[in-house]
Amino acid sequence: MPRDTSIQKILLIGSGPIIIGQGCEFDYSGVQACKALKEEGYKVILVNSNPATIMTDPEFADRTYVEPITPEMVEKIIGKEKPDALLPTLGGQTALNTAMSLHRAGILEKHGVRMIGAKPDAIEKGEDRLLFKEAMIKIGLDLPKSGVAHTIEEARIIAEEIGTMPLIIRPAYTLGGTGGGIAYNKEEFETITARGLDLSPVCEVLIEESLLGWKEFEMEVMRDKADNCVIICSIENLDPMGVHTGDSITVAPIQTLTDREYQIMRDASFACIREIGVETGGSNIQFAIHPDTGRMIVIEMNPRVSRSSALASKATGFPIAKIAAKLAVGYTLDELKNDITRETPASFEPTIDYVVTKVPRFTFEKFPGSDETLTTQMKSVGEAMAIGRTFKESLQKALRSLEIKRFGLIGDGADVEVDDETLTTKLSVPNAERIFFLGQAFAKGWSVDRIFALTKIDPWFLRQIAEIVEAEQQITGNTSDHLFSLIPADQLNDDSKAAALHDFMRRMKRLGFSDRQLAVQYGIPEAHLRAGRIKYGVRPTYRLVDTCAAEFEAFTPYYYSTYGIEDEVRDNDRQKVIILGGGPNRIGQGIEFDYCCVHASFALRELGFETIMVNSNPETVSTDYDTSDKLYFEPLTLEDVLNIYERENRHDQVLGVIVQFGGQTPLNLAKGLEENGVRIIGTSPKNIELAEDRKMFAKLLDDLGLHQAPSGTATSLEEALAITAQIGYPSLVRPSFVLGGRAMQIVYSDAELTHYMKNAVEATPDRPVLVDRFLEDATEVDVDCISDGETTVIGAIMEHIEEAGIHSGDSACVIPPFSLSAAMQDRIRDAAKKLAKALNVRGLMNMQLAVKGDDLYVIEVNPRASRTAPFVSKAIGVPLPKLAAKIMAGKTLKELGFTEEVIPSHYSVKEAVFPFSKFTGVDIILGPEMKSTGEVMGIDYDLGMAFAKSQMAAGGTLPTKGNVFISVKETDRPNVVRIAKGYADLGFTLYATSGTGGVISEAGIPVNILPKLASGQRPNVIDLMKNKDMAMVINTPSGKNPREDEIKIRTAAMQNRIPIMTTLRGADAALRAIKSLQGSEVQVRALQEYHR
Amino acid sequence: MNALLALEDGTVYEGRAFGAPTTRAGEICFNTSMSGYQEVLTDPSYRGQIVSMTYPLIGNYGINPFDDESAGVHVRGFVVEEHCPVPSNWRSTESLDKYLQRHGVPGIEGIDTRALTKRLRVAGAMRSVLCNDGSLNAAQAVELARQAPPMEGSDFVREVTTPEGYHWDPEGSESRAWTIPNSYDAAMGRPRSQDEAGQCCIPLPDVRYRVVAYDFGIKRNILRRLRQQGFDVEVVNARTTAEAVLARNPDGVFLSNGPGDPAALDYVHREVRALLGKKPIFAICLGHQMLGHAFGGRTFKLKFGHRGGNQPVKDLRSGKVAITSQNHGFAVDADSLPKEIEVTHINLNDGTVEGLRHRDAPVFSVQYHPEAAPGPNDATYFFEEFANLIEESR
Repeated sequence: MPRDTSIQKILLIGSGPIIIGQGCEFDYSGVQACKALKEEGYKVILVNSNPATIMTDPEFADRTYVEPITPEMVEKIIGKEKPDALLPTLGGQTALNTAMSLHRAGILEKHGVRMIGAKPDAIEKGEDRLLFKEAMIKIGLDLPKSGVAHTIEEARIIAEEIGTMPLIIRPAYTLGGTGGGIAYNKEEFETITARGLDLSPVCEVLIEESLLGWKEFEMEVMRDKADNCVIICSIENLDPMGVHTGDSITVAPIQTLTDREYQIMRDASFACIREIGVETGGSNIQFAIHPDTGRMIVIEMNPRVSRSSALASKATGFPIAKIAAKLAVGYTLDELKNDITRETPASFEPTIDYVVTKVPRFTFEKFPGSDETLTTQMKSVGEAMAIGRTFKESLQKALRSLEIKRFGLIGDGADVEVDDETLTTKLSVPNAERIFFLGQAFAKGWSVDRIFALTKIDPWFLRQIAEIVEAEQQITGNTSDHLFSLIPADQLNDDSKAAALHDFMRRMKRLGFSDRQLAVQYGIPEAHLRAGRIKYGVRPTYRLVDTCAAEFEAFTPYYYSTYGIEDEVRDNDRQKVIILGGGPNRIGQGIEFDYCCVHASFALRELGFETIMVNSNPETVSTDYDTSDKLYFEPLTLEDVLNIYERENRHDQVLGVIVQFGGQTPLNLAKGLEENGVRIIGTSPKNIELAEDRKMFAKLLDDLGLHQAPSGTATSLEEALAITAQIGYPSLVRPSFVLGGRAMQIVYSDAELTHYMKNAVEATPDRPVLVDRFLEDATEVDVDCISDGETTVIGAIMEHIEEAGIHSGDSACVIPPFSLSAAMQDRIRDAAKKLAKALNVRGLMNMQLAVKGDDLYVIEVNPRASRTAPFVSKAIGVPLPKLAAKIMAGKTLKELGFTEEVIPSHYSVKEAVFPFSKFTGVDIILGPEMKSTGEVMGIDYDLGMAFAKSQMAAGGTLPTKGNVFISVKETDRPNVVRIAKGYADLGFTLYATSGTGGVISEAGIPVNILPKLASGQRPNVIDLMKNKDMAMVINTPSGKNPREDEIKIRTAAMQNRIPIMTTLRGADAALRAIKSLQGSEVQVRALQEYHR
Repeated sequence: MNALLALEDGTVYEGRAFGAPTTRAGEICFNTSMSGYQEVLTDPSYRGQIVSMTYPLIGNYGINPFDDESAGVHVRGFVVEEHCPVPSNWRSTESLDKYLQRHGVPGIEGIDTRALTKRLRVAGAMRSVLCNDGSLNAAQAVELARQAPPMEGSDFVREVTTPEGYHWDPEGSESRAWTIPNSYDAAMGRPRSQDEAGQCCIPLPDVRYRVVAYDFGIKRNILRRLRQQGFDVEVVNARTTAEAVLARNPDGVFLSNGPGDPAALDYVHREVRALLGKKPIFAICLGHQMLGHAFGGRTFKLKFGHRGGNQPVKDLRSGKVAITSQNHGFAVDADSLPKEIEVTHINLNDGTVEGLRHRDAPVFSVQYHPEAAPGPNDATYFFEEFANLIEESR
């Protein structure tokens, strides 16, 4: 069937901000879909509120709406654009839910828009627990015993009927299993069920028989209009049932099923996609298998492209999202070509000749006090994938890709030994480090049976891990002397010695051991190990990911390393640039950096370079095989990057390596790369380091006549106390060389400082602690600029909504500034230009400043791509990272035609999005440590409206009427009156606790006083929130150790999804936004309208 | 123990031995299935061949008593990147290593099977020697490979066909479809559970047709599938005459899969020709190639064959694509066929013939394996089509 000609315009819904359970994989799928649909001549209308995405670059869609993904806003877009079709299956759960709301409200029908890919009834069947169950029973598939409850009473009855604990509770229609959990006893059952009912938008939970410890599998299925079905990838989870698949270590393909068993699962997958009725596109189906009987259970099916689809695409080389988009417009699989082989059709099942391992990346350290146990609710923020010829190789590569300072499973110098009791717990209760404890258990001589009993991890995986440990334990014994002693005396010569060393080293490398692990075991520097390895000819070979296990010639240059006998890299005579990506997503380093890397690749391709991408994150656009001329799916460690460099630079063709786009990850490698003679292009690593070095940087600022808050560098508690004695409190303390404000804190007294120095950090002469006077109530400003060494152009000045002291990644900010005077803005520009010149910036530079009254302080300067680069690019309509990459390749801003700062006539607001709902028990206050996972952008000609949109997009639509609860800290009380009056004037009814309320009523503003929670009097504010009688909460935290009441209020607001402002400035901005919302209707506009 | 794999072009791969300590020669080919090694090892169509698996980890789920496709192992040698000495699967009763030892088949691991696959893709199928008993050095092994008889012109069918005819599974105990337990099977109206042997099987229908099956190296799953479709099967030796078959007056005739060069079996071509138009005929793989010859067509050797479970086949009549299990080194030349023969299926990768139908007589065939084992079940419907064909011809 050829493409559908009854459609001209297609609306594509993106997935919005990055949150846990919905990461940048949907940018990858969205970009592929946009490209595929445009290629077919369709007009693509895109809506996505996330400015850090590549898909929202104006060139990917015909009309790009960076607007909130709510049914109301999307309806406006539909009304304006009149699309013929809506493709809801490529933007995650957000797109699916939004499309379903539009369908249920009759909006699609009203505007004559039809859903393509999956029809509403199929989505309903796939997502609704009860309908899904009925459908599965109909086709003869097995399910856990279960029931659906809408109230706690119904839940209790179901639990009794099932009759066994533990029980699994899954709320309906939530992302990544939010609010779900496992209950081992009645009390837990009540708590989790209540939370689940609360969080489910339809107040529905599924309660089911526990499958804990069962083997877990996933199948990625595709189907076309002609009912052709194929499996793209099968996945087996190392962690058995009980851990969310997003938090599990997973392996492709399935390892422990016979063909018969696998084919039963394959047939079941097809039966499932057909019965649910997903017409075209990809679906993900999860199965559990009882390890002793083989009973197979269908867990769930996602009638859309998912995180696993992205993984499957990267694992096999089959572009699921792209093909799904083409199938949605009427093509059949056999009509589409497999890009990789160019000869064979897309209607086939990839067969792979390697093992893929995905390991999740966690950031529990950001949320102290949160429960670190892995459950059915997803908690990881990113993932790394690695490819090897054996599971052992791919697992160890994946572990060193995580960038958690581990260089393999064991023996890398980072093992933390624990006692047997702790080890037992660490094995039996799933946690982020369990894989390393498995290694430790084997090292202690624990048996497979013993460990299986604790973990229920399939013995096949356990034996593989045991084999790695056994090999590790042999390393130290295998000295060169020992190896030579094995050679028969009559054969002992230089050649046989070299061969012995070669063979042993190669054997270790084939098991995935890193140079670091080997060096640690031999007790020599890694550089020596590397030199020896190369001397004996042990170098990796690069293999193609070709979808067909080498059966056909492959054209797509997608490589991974292994220690085989043949290298498949194709040489050519082009000049090359290597771009280092950002590795797994984490808080502080996410999609923004992938955006920059992708742009660098596009830009350098435009200039005719061969671009080479190195990354280990399967969720990204950078690891799409057609983003760059070559893709190396490899860990971002010095060893792996040097190997690639040496391979690619064999004929001296590498112009240089770009380290300044991938966030901290590649920057950390810069020094080592330079020491090994690798050319780094762009701003020199020396200057990047200079900006990080407090003393050198302070001197530089002095020379330039710029100011910093008084500060000092301490290598001990005594030094720190001496500094604060001089500069005073409050002070901001943090370790040097960190991203995302790890372990950063504001201290108000000697006691707090002492506590911090003793507990939060380990200060040493190598790793000093930075102490800065904290500027209270200052306005924070971010500046992004671009420089070629001669010319510097300001990208944008961003004024933060929240005051200085809150991590810039967590604050809302506005382009252009709304309260800074023109003179102050000029001083900021001047400072940026001076610094860019002084640091000889070739590319991007980000600067953070604080404005207090007439004083301007430089907080920090980062001469590299910043988190805000994509936001700024979208706001001003200039792709800064692209220009920066071209500068690094030798172009000047003049040549590129960008010499004037663009000051837009519209306002762009960036707002952060937080994962607090996943970490119960963690207070939601903001501080110098970054906690947000993603961001949204609100854009409008009116500042208030732009802010309103940003809140809407972040999931906290501001109310236009109702009750507002205000409770602020002592120091905010003088300023609260103005805010309170503002809300009262807009028609809101005010509620407050006695302290804040007293101040408000004294000013003559009517306010209702609510009892303090601790008083026990009811109803209190939480009752009102639960009854949906509170439209908004303004609650500013009272310092480092907030009162219990405050935490309860903030948590309740979050759980009941009531907009909450935790700063007065935020409350003020909200006031402005509400005024705009009351005054006029929200308008939607495409980016293309703003940047004509 | 060190082991060698030597190719006739002089390439030698060194690895480690597993399986039986012995030396064997045969044509080397690669199979791209990621699972199903037990079925591959026991498929008689691999007679005379050394098989290399492209998936690197083989042996993970061990060997079980139920997945054999014949009474023995037919591959001459087995080549893998890494074999798994201790398997993990609830049905496993033996490791791959032990199994190969028991059947006297040598294995080699630790070689770069991707490099080998690429070599075969470029140079085509080759004769080879797998030596894992230390009896040969590299040069000797290459020499031995060069002396081995080529696949072209060789008749391996005589080695694998049943010496005497037999009645397949008269008790209906071997043919039930193996499956997994289910707490409630809607089709059966009750839970599906394991029998005393720990297996879970789907009951058989009554016998409706009697057919004669030519055994050129027939796979058990073909026999099982036939029986599951209501066929009572009389299996006969490959040299059985058409006259003898017709004397039994079956409802239909089945031509099985099998090893070797189809062109070398003129004694079969002749008899099949004599059966055309007399009885409904269904043929699979080598049987399909036999039909090709019987129609007056030719077969040719593919460069490196189709072996794996992901081969896309298009049904030219319905337009539907099936992902199929394949194992063949020869193919029917479409241009050689007379006009009364219709090409019904083609391979989407290389356009070669995958299915034939006689426009006038009740005869059809497929080059691939609708019985799967290993591989996808997408094409199982052919057994039903055979039943329909018989019904129509009655």
